[in-house]
Amino acid sequence: MPYTVHLPRTFSARGGMLCEPDRERVSVIPGKTIAEKIFSAHSGTDAYAGDIVVANVDFVMGQDGTTPLAIRALENMGVDRVFDPAKVAVVMDHSSPSPIEGVSALHTMMREFGKKTGAKVYDVGCGVCHQLIPEAGHVVPGDLMVGCDSHTCTYGAVNVFSTGVGSTDGAAAMASGKLWFKVPDTMKVTYSGEMQPGVFSKDLILALAGEIGVDGATYMALEFHGPVIDALSVDARMTISNMAIEVGAKAGLMRADATTLAWYEGRGSRTPQPVDPDADAVYAEEITLDASALGPQIAKPHAVGNVSPVEEVAGTPIAQGFIGTCTNGRLEDLKIAADILRGRKVHPDVRLIVAPASKQIFLDAMEAGYIRDLVEAGAILVAPGCGPCVGTHNGVPSDGENVISTANRNFKGRMGNSNAFIYLGSPATVAASVIEGAITDPRKYFTGQGA
Amino acid sequence: MAITAKAFKYGDDINTDYIISGKYKFKSNDMAAMSVHAMEELDPRYYEKVSPQGGFLVAGSNFGMGSSREQAPLVLIGSNTKAVLAKSFARIFYRNAINTGLPVVECDTDLIDDGDDLELDLEGGVLKNLTQGTEIPFAPLPPVMAQLLADGGLVEHFKKHGGFAVS
Repeated sequence: MPYTVHLPRTFSARGGMLCEPDRERVSVIPGKTIAEKIFSAHSGTDAYAGDIVVANVDFVMGQDGTTPLAIRALENMGVDRVFDPAKVAVVMDHSSPSPIEGVSALHTMMREFGKKTGAKVYDVGCGVCHQLIPEAGHVVPGDLMVGCDSHTCTYGAVNVFSTGVGSTDGAAAMASGKLWFKVPDTMKVTYSGEMQPGVFSKDLILALAGEIGVDGATYMALEFHGPVIDALSVDARMTISNMAIEVGAKAGLMRADATTLAWYEGRGSRTPQPVDPDADAVYAEEITLDASALGPQIAKPHAVGNVSPVEEVAGTPIAQGFIGTCTNGRLEDLKIAADILRGRKVHPDVRLIVAPASKQIFLDAMEAGYIRDLVEAGAILVAPGCGPCVGTHNGVPSDGENVISTANRNFKGRMGNSNAFIYLGSPATVAASVIEGAITDPRKYFTGQGA
Repeated sequence: MAITAKAFKYGDDINTDYIISGKYKFKSNDMAAMSVHAMEELDPRYYEKVSPQGGFLVAGSNFGMGSSREQAPLVLIGSNTKAVLAKSFARIFYRNAINTGLPVVECDTDLIDDGDDLELDLEGGVLKNLTQGTEIPFAPLPPVMAQLLADGGLVEHFKKHGGFAVS
């Protein structure tokens, strides 16, 4: 069990002969993790793990599966405005465009909420909330934000303490700009070594899930460190932070480095305030994984922690592939898939569905030619959004079918059919598999390449 | 006030997709209609079994993992689930349950079998297994949550205090 670290804030050195009275107090202040620093700055307290704080939030987000209940909670609170319209956004991404009248009514409710309160509305086709919020620069390094969606932890990749909450907590934050939090313990995760060709950030986070299990970091923040993380793009880092919740974590934090700050150039008007952990920060647990020894990983049905090296499941027949989601629907992911599928064909017995994570990514991928490569290979493009990941539309599998997907969850019924089987892997693994019609090790497309 | 009801026991790592599938929860804001699908992925007869007399949902560790959907505690309330008893909870579900008024109790559920009659007195901090004639200790709610629950949930807390008044 992780233990709670609660060290004394200051020690007094009493009776020192040499000290003047005002120098008598020798401060021994324990260092802080990224989470402790962000909560201290946002609550005006000297916050450490285990403390309960009421903190100011920099941004609040909801999506179409959760915002309607938040709107209802606000009505029940008797609140008809949001604390700051520039700091609230609602996104229609989970069932978008609407597949059914009930959802259409909820979308209408969200549009009316935006008109009434001034909150930003991202309508159908804009993309997945977890791409849009950082892409637009709504959050910057050093921020604290909450979203009514569990994968809000994605922006930990850009040094934002972001975490998922329910609709009522979201409503309270929309109304007041504040929320109560328990400052989490932190687990430090270090990836050492160097990733091998054909291995991607998805494989790194799946390996962690396999190692610590789906409740391995419950109530904790993760902090990701090491040369492997430093070498990743922001797109690839987001894949890792996105899946922090899959091991129960509250956040998946990374440092803001030159790569992060370069990514922020031209995004919004706010200035990043990077937060580094102290060198003597106290971690509840520390774990190091050797990336050099890691091959492509697969999470097998029906749990994200049910992870195997790809070799163990290679040859498993598949009926559908899916590339997209808040985990792996970014430009780099589409490039990885396009590079493998260019000039090749999706197996005739397989459907490949692709959903870019945002309209901007869709445009960039068109400009770069990736969309043509994918469609010529046989892919079906669906609107930017969550696509078939949450089982609402756009590719519900049939009974007994196996699906290989770049998403973050493979729970039974997740894609809308309890009798289907979902395997999770990197965009490269999905691309390689849809060509063969069976789960395939993608490393054969990367021979002779350096990492 | 003590609540008496039967235990309906399930396993570890029950995620919110199993409590209410995405294929239902995105369709409407009507919790009564959605509640008939509560726990359907694990037990298609859950609503039918629990709703007439009420029941305690008993589980292993990490109950409520996965998505942040508040529909999960709401459909459990809608199916007449009196409380969830588990060895541990996922954090978002735990907060959502308190915010919506579904009692959650962290205790050693190995001491409960499916079908046992239980008596829960939340305020008094007593959980009895009437079938086995035992008393099962459980940890009290964190003070901040007890305060919210005492006010009748987060919405009522906000109405009463005009914002957060927790310490």
